[in-house]
Parts: sequence; structure tokens; C-alpha cells
Amino acid sequence: MTRAKDEIKKSTLTALWFMFLTFPILVIRVNTVENEIEWRWLNMAGIGIGTFFLSMLWRYMIRRQEMGTKTDKHDQLSLVQRLLLNRKLFFSVAACAVVFTLAFPHMFSMYQTSIMISALIYVMLGLGLNIVIGLAGLLDLGYVAFFAVGAYSYALLNLHYGLVFWIALPLGGLLALIFGVLFGYPVLRLRGDYLAIVTLGFGEIIRLVLENWNAFSFGPSGIADIPKPPFFGIDLSLTGTTIYIFYIIVALVIFTIFVINRLHNSRIGRAWIALKDDEIACQAMGIDKAKTKLRAFGLGAMWAGMGGVVFAAKTSFINPASFTIWESVIILCTVVLGGMGSITGVLCGALLLILLPEYLRAFAEFRMIIFGAVLVLMMVFRPGGMIENVRQTYHFKKSPDAAPVDS
Amino acid sequence: MKPILEVKHMDMDFGGLRAIDDLDLSIQAGEIAALIGPNGAGKTTFFNCITGIYKPSSGDVLISRDQTKQERINGLKPNIVTRKGLARTFQNIRLFESMTVLENVMIGCHPVTRTGVLGAIFRGSAARAEEKFIVDKSYAILEKIGLDNYVNELATSLPYGAQRRLEIARALATDPFLLLLDEPAAGMNPRETKALDELILKIRDEENISILLIEHDMKLVMSLSDNIHVVDYGKKIGEGSPEDIRNNPAVIKAYLGEEIDA
Repeated sequence: MTRAKDEIKKSTLTALWFMFLTFPILVIRVNTVENEIEWRWLNMAGIGIGTFFLSMLWRYMIRRQEMGTKTDKHDQLSLVQRLLLNRKLFFSVAACAVVFTLAFPHMFSMYQTSIMISALIYVMLGLGLNIVIGLAGLLDLGYVAFFAVGAYSYALLNLHYGLVFWIALPLGGLLALIFGVLFGYPVLRLRGDYLAIVTLGFGEIIRLVLENWNAFSFGPSGIADIPKPPFFGIDLSLTGTTIYIFYIIVALVIFTIFVINRLHNSRIGRAWIALKDDEIACQAMGIDKAKTKLRAFGLGAMWAGMGGVVFAAKTSFINPASFTIWESVIILCTVVLGGMGSITGVLCGALLLILLPEYLRAFAEFRMIIFGAVLVLMMVFRPGGMIENVRQTYHFKKSPDAAPVDS
Repeated sequence: MKPILEVKHMDMDFGGLRAIDDLDLSIQAGEIAALIGPNGAGKTTFFNCITGIYKPSSGDVLISRDQTKQERINGLKPNIVTRKGLARTFQNIRLFESMTVLENVMIGCHPVTRTGVLGAIFRGSAARAEEKFIVDKSYAILEKIGLDNYVNELATSLPYGAQRRLEIARALATDPFLLLLDEPAAGMNPRETKALDELILKIRDEENISILLIEHDMKLVMSLSDNIHVVDYGKKIGEGSPEDIRNNPAVIKAYLGEEIDA
């Protein structure tokens, strides 16, 4: 009972504080026409009651969160995590998802398909960044630079040498990989905040170079008329190409998931996670820190490069404005929101972060507020992301001389 | 027969501070040696110098796996030193906390396996065989260490003593010939310490791995060690069997202080 009283007292104080804070803007209004002051007390009451209930809700949620951490670990696994662990169920859900995706461009309008393509490009970027941040634990804030490398490599190679999409796609990935390794090299000794700042700088360098080196990249005016991917020499209609690009990006996303999943549960992936957990112990286990970091930077950047090529082909026009720090932040958010190191998490995070603003255009003015609030709430209630990574489990037959145990 | 580890005239300076001063030490194959000394004597610094975390200011660190040819390992990177057969544990436990117990040991198999990026992606027969080898070997080590009940638990959810044993298991996976244990019994209760005592002997006898340990638990040190090295202020002040060390005046002085003549 005392607890409830305490909560009410604290919530009341919060409400009073908010009433005080919002007093000047929400209560007083100077009517300049009639030269008098309006006192809108009703607003104040509204704020007070609203804040009181929000505060109560917040406290209740926090308490539930604290209770939750005390319960058994297996109960904590979310629905999705349990789904992932159940192979049979997982495959049927995955099959449904595939069928839905394949039918998507035929079920919905071109506009929807086009939005979905953007979202899937971000899925690819998120999955790539997931290697660098989620697995290897290297906070990279300039990731969009590799996206730019991919996009510009297709645009420029096509402009100067007439390279088609299908050759530019692996080449863009390769170039981004090389850039990733080149950028990774000087920052091998850095970690945490320092690494973040330097990568932030690198991202900006790439953008500024593209913006100012007119002879090379045509500056802010960008490159236009980038051809769409060819379809066995047949000229497709605008609708046809959009659908075609949609299938290309779906295939690429599936390929990305396949490769990253394989890497994740391998010697290489484990080395990345070890590096994230403890650099010194990781080296003491015979893992080459430099090589492991460069691998993460390179393999992470590669997907951004390929995503960039698709992006250039989709929009058929690119300029440096598409590759600002803001894009890096969005990609980072998809990884953090989705769940670091978790492929399903990043997939959902990217789709949610890119699709929601598109469908909620009515609330466009509040986008930033909602965005910030969601991130704060996530960090408080689900710090591991929407879908946390589940470690692979192994089962063994006991050796005859070992003591029996339940597992 | 050459010693498997021989340290000659090693100095380690941090700016103006000489943390290790002209230290000599050698370990023969099959030996359990202990490095003891008061707090701040430079024991962990010595480990860090051998394992490549620090580069000694001067002197030689020589290892010899086959006891015939010696190899100088000063200034090699820690991962190379581990590959050469020196594995270590840490004073403050450094497990990979987001990984399971088995995965922690699997990481230890890193230097003895070779699957690369392409192997991991295509998962050919060689990569699959190696993955199976890693899992089986790791499980076998956990069985030996007595942690096989915790295979899929997160490493950090283990009790303290088990975490220390897991560090040893992880080090064993790297196929060492010399195991460097930095205060393995710290924070253990008497029963856990006794189990550790047996474990260390078992590792020496069954795996043929020599052991150098830093420890403050004198009971453990005296019962286990073949040879004890005592350091104080980075200098070696005594060496010998547990019996010798017990009666060595310099050692007693370092630990208990000197009697002042009235």
C-alpha cells in the first residue's frame, strides 16, 4: 500500500513539474489584437492529468521490466525467438514470407513496390553493418560511405566504360570491400568512441570528395540517366523494371542473409564476437586482431557497395545528398533497434524504420519526435533490440564414464 | 635437454619505473612452477611480457617446445605467442560473455584450425569436418574439466569457480605446451581450491602440459609446485623447492618485513 502511495506521490510531483514547465507556452497567451492576456487553465489541467497517467504507466512498465529480469531465462525468450528455435515452424513461416514477397509487386501498386525496394536496400545495409557493429563490435558511423562507393562505382563505370548492371554489381561490392579494408587499416588501434569519431570523419570525407571533385563525380549536380538493369536484352516497361529490380533486391537480401548466417556460425563469426566481448582475451586465444577487424570492415562494406549499385540502378540518378551522415544514423538505428548481431532483428528493424515513416506521412512533422521516443523506450525496455540474438545450442551424447545430466 | 621456457635478464620499464629488473627464470618440461611475491611485485607484468601483451625492454624470452631448439619470442604479438604454444588465463576473469560455455572453448580452437571466409560461406567438406572437430574437441575438454553440464549456458551465468575453470579449459583448447595461470584460485572457496589443485595435477600428468602459476594461496602453491620463484619489486629474491622457500630469509623478509633491532 505504501508503495502505491509512493508512486502516486511521485507521479503527482511529475505532473506538477510538467504543468510548471509548460505554463508559459500552453497557459498564457497574449492576444495582440485586443491587447489582453488569455489564461488557458484548461490546458494546464489537461497536461497535469495526462502527465500523471503517463508517469504512472511508465513506473508500472519499469517495475514490470525489473520483475522480468528476475524470472527464469527461458521465459524471457520472446515469441519470435522461440519461433526461430523451432525449426519446423520457422521454415513454414519463412515459406509464407517468401510467397508473400514474391507476390508483393503483383498485389500492390508500383508506389508500394518502390518503397519496398528502398526498404530492402536498407535491410541489406543493415545486415552489412550488423557484421561490423553487431558481431565485431566496431562502432562505425561512416558506413554510408561504402554505400556511396557502390552507387558511384556503378554510375561512373557505366558512364565511362558502359559497364552493365550485372558486372557492376560484384565490382561495386568488391570496390566497397577494398575501401572497407583501406579505411579499416588506419583505425585498427582504435575502439569505442574514438573509432566512432574517426569513421564519422571518413564518411564525411567521402561525401565531401564526391561533392567537390567536379571532374570526377560531377559534384552536387550528380549523375543522371543511370540505366536500369537489362533483362536479357528485352526493353521492359517502367512497371516491368520496377518489378524486376524488386526481385533482384529480394534475391540479394536472401543471398546476404544466407552468407551472413553462415559466417555468423563459423570460426570467423565466433572470432568477431570474441573480439567484441574482450579484445585482450581474444588475442590470447590466438586470434589475429588486425585480420579479424579488417575482415569485418571489408565484408561489412561489401554489402553496402552492392546495395549502392542497386540504389543507383533504381533511382537512375545519384548525387552526394543521398549519402549524408543522416543515412548512416538510420542504418545504425536499424541495427540497434532490431537487435545487434541478430539477422531477423535487423531485418525487422530495417523494414519497420523505413516503411513506417512512408506510411505515416500524415504525422511527418512528428517523425523526429516519434523516432527519438521509440529509441529511448527501446533502450529502457529492450536494450538488446526487438529480437535479441539467440546463441546456437549444441547437444551431445554423454561419454559412458561421464556423470548423467539433464540438458 | 633445454628448458621449455627460459627467460634471461629480462627488464621491463614503464617510463621511469622498472617493473621487472633483470629477471631470470627457466621451466623444465613437465614441471609445475609457481611465481609468488607480494602485491605489485611485477608477477602479472612478467606474464604480460612473456605472452606478448608488453614487449620487454631488454632480455630474452626463449621457448622450446621440443626441448632441443630454442626460439626467441620477445615482442611477438599475443596471438602469435599463443599459436606457438603458450596459453594463459587472466587474473580478472576475461571470458567472452555473450557466448556460451562451449563457444568459449571453441574460440580456443582458433589457432589450431584454418577455415577462412570462403570456407565458412560454402561450408565444404573440409570446413564441415573442421567444425565438427572443433565442437568435439571443445566438448571433450569440457568433460575433462568437469563443465560438461553447462555446455549451452552463457559463460557469465556460471558460478565463480566454474568461470575460472572455464578459462583454463579455453586455454587448453589452444594446444599449449605451457599453461600460464594468473591467480587461478583467487576468490575460490576451500573446496573449489582443492578441486583446482587436482585439476592442475591432472593437466600436467595427463596432457603433458607444464604449468607456471601466479598464486597467493600459499597452501595451494606449496602442495602443487615443484619449483617456486619469488619476486619482489621486479627482482628475483628466491628460487627453489617449497621447502627451501619456506626457510629462505629473504623471502620471509619480503612477506613479513624485517625485525628491527632495538
